[in-house]
Amino acid sequence: MSINRRQFLKIAGISTIVGLGGTTTIKALWRDELEASQVSPSPEALVAKRWAMVVDVSKFKIDNDYKRVIDACHRIHNVPDFGNPKDEVKWIWTDTFSHAFPGQEHEYMEGGIKHKPFMILCNHCDNPPCVRVCPTKATFKREDGIVMMDFHRCIGCRFCMAACPFGARSFNWRDPRPFIKEENKEFPTRTIGVVEKCNFCYERLAKGLIPACVEACKDNKALVFGDLKDPNSEVRKILSSCYTIRRKSELGTQPSVFYVIGGSNNA
Amino acid sequence: MYDTGKIITGLIIFVILVTFPFYNNIGKAISKPEPKLDTPEIQKLPEKERRCVEPKAFMRTEHMKLLNEWRDSVVRDGNRMYVSTDRKKFVMSLQNTCMNCHSNKKNFCDQCHNYVAVKPYCWDCHIAPKEKGT
Repeated sequence: MSINRRQFLKIAGISTIVGLGGTTTIKALWRDELEASQVSPSPEALVAKRWAMVVDVSKFKIDNDYKRVIDACHRIHNVPDFGNPKDEVKWIWTDTFSHAFPGQEHEYMEGGIKHKPFMILCNHCDNPPCVRVCPTKATFKREDGIVMMDFHRCIGCRFCMAACPFGARSFNWRDPRPFIKEENKEFPTRTIGVVEKCNFCYERLAKGLIPACVEACKDNKALVFGDLKDPNSEVRKILSSCYTIRRKSELGTQPSVFYVIGGSNNA
Repeated sequence: MYDTGKIITGLIIFVILVTFPFYNNIGKAISKPEPKLDTPEIQKLPEKERRCVEPKAFMRTEHMKLLNEWRDSVVRDGNRMYVSTDRKKFVMSLQNTCMNCHSNKKNFCDQCHNYVAVKPYCWDCHIAPKEKGT
């Protein structure tokens, strides 16, 4: 008893419809246990299209101005202090003009700028080379421009350190735990063999707080944090009223940290 | 057959070695782990709210998956708020949310993990709560 083509197509069509309907019914009946749970960003989180920071160099006057900022960051992020530059782990630190802005210095520069320490941190580039070279995507760029480190995924290959033109990344050669003076329970420590760097305090932004370094100099506004894509943000106001420079802009990484080089009265 | 004696002796030694774990443990039942849920933080909660983010049975079998999802959600997507199946909100954080209630890592986490011989490396980075009296 053979069937002809017409009959075959009819049966095939009907069984397909029944089959499709069948799976949807089963799916509808099958309650996924976690179906009702869901995730969302915290309602109080600070959001921006593009986070950026402005460093007003002239407002850093005494050693304590720098120390306060560095301590605020390193304390809350459990950054270890190994006490030697070889193993050093740093998120925010200082360096001279000629190191921070190589090629832009000249011998007749004003002494105050030439020998002044500059606050330096990860530039959270628009076009971050570290992200491009990371084989595990442990470092990645968030939609709001923050270049993030996922410590869980880092395999410690240090390609990112080689790629970063700003030396903003540190490697944990040693177990950092014994070298943390006072552990901050809100933030994890790192482990040996992991690269770390400034993360623009993404964990604080999620709670509606500004980065720790910016908060530490709230009174003199030496550091200003804000949305680069918002024309009314404080960052944009400074950028439109002051002349600012960025580190190694010739490399095309588009850093999001801007420096106001005030100079003295004539500048 | 050459070297019969040596071969048979070797075989006997081999069998004894391989079966050693079995006869060595005969009659020694290792008690089932019983994670303790009576931390001061949990006791402080009102009776009705004394429950985990998801039902106990689910947490017992799936907590590692849940924690993995939380981790990715927080770090990769920036989503930190977890709305559980019964519509309660939690901040997704091992160190701050989970360990806040389960402040007895030794009697809660380690009991089972030691029993099933798994060594999660969570605590290499995340700071375990300071335990009192242990």
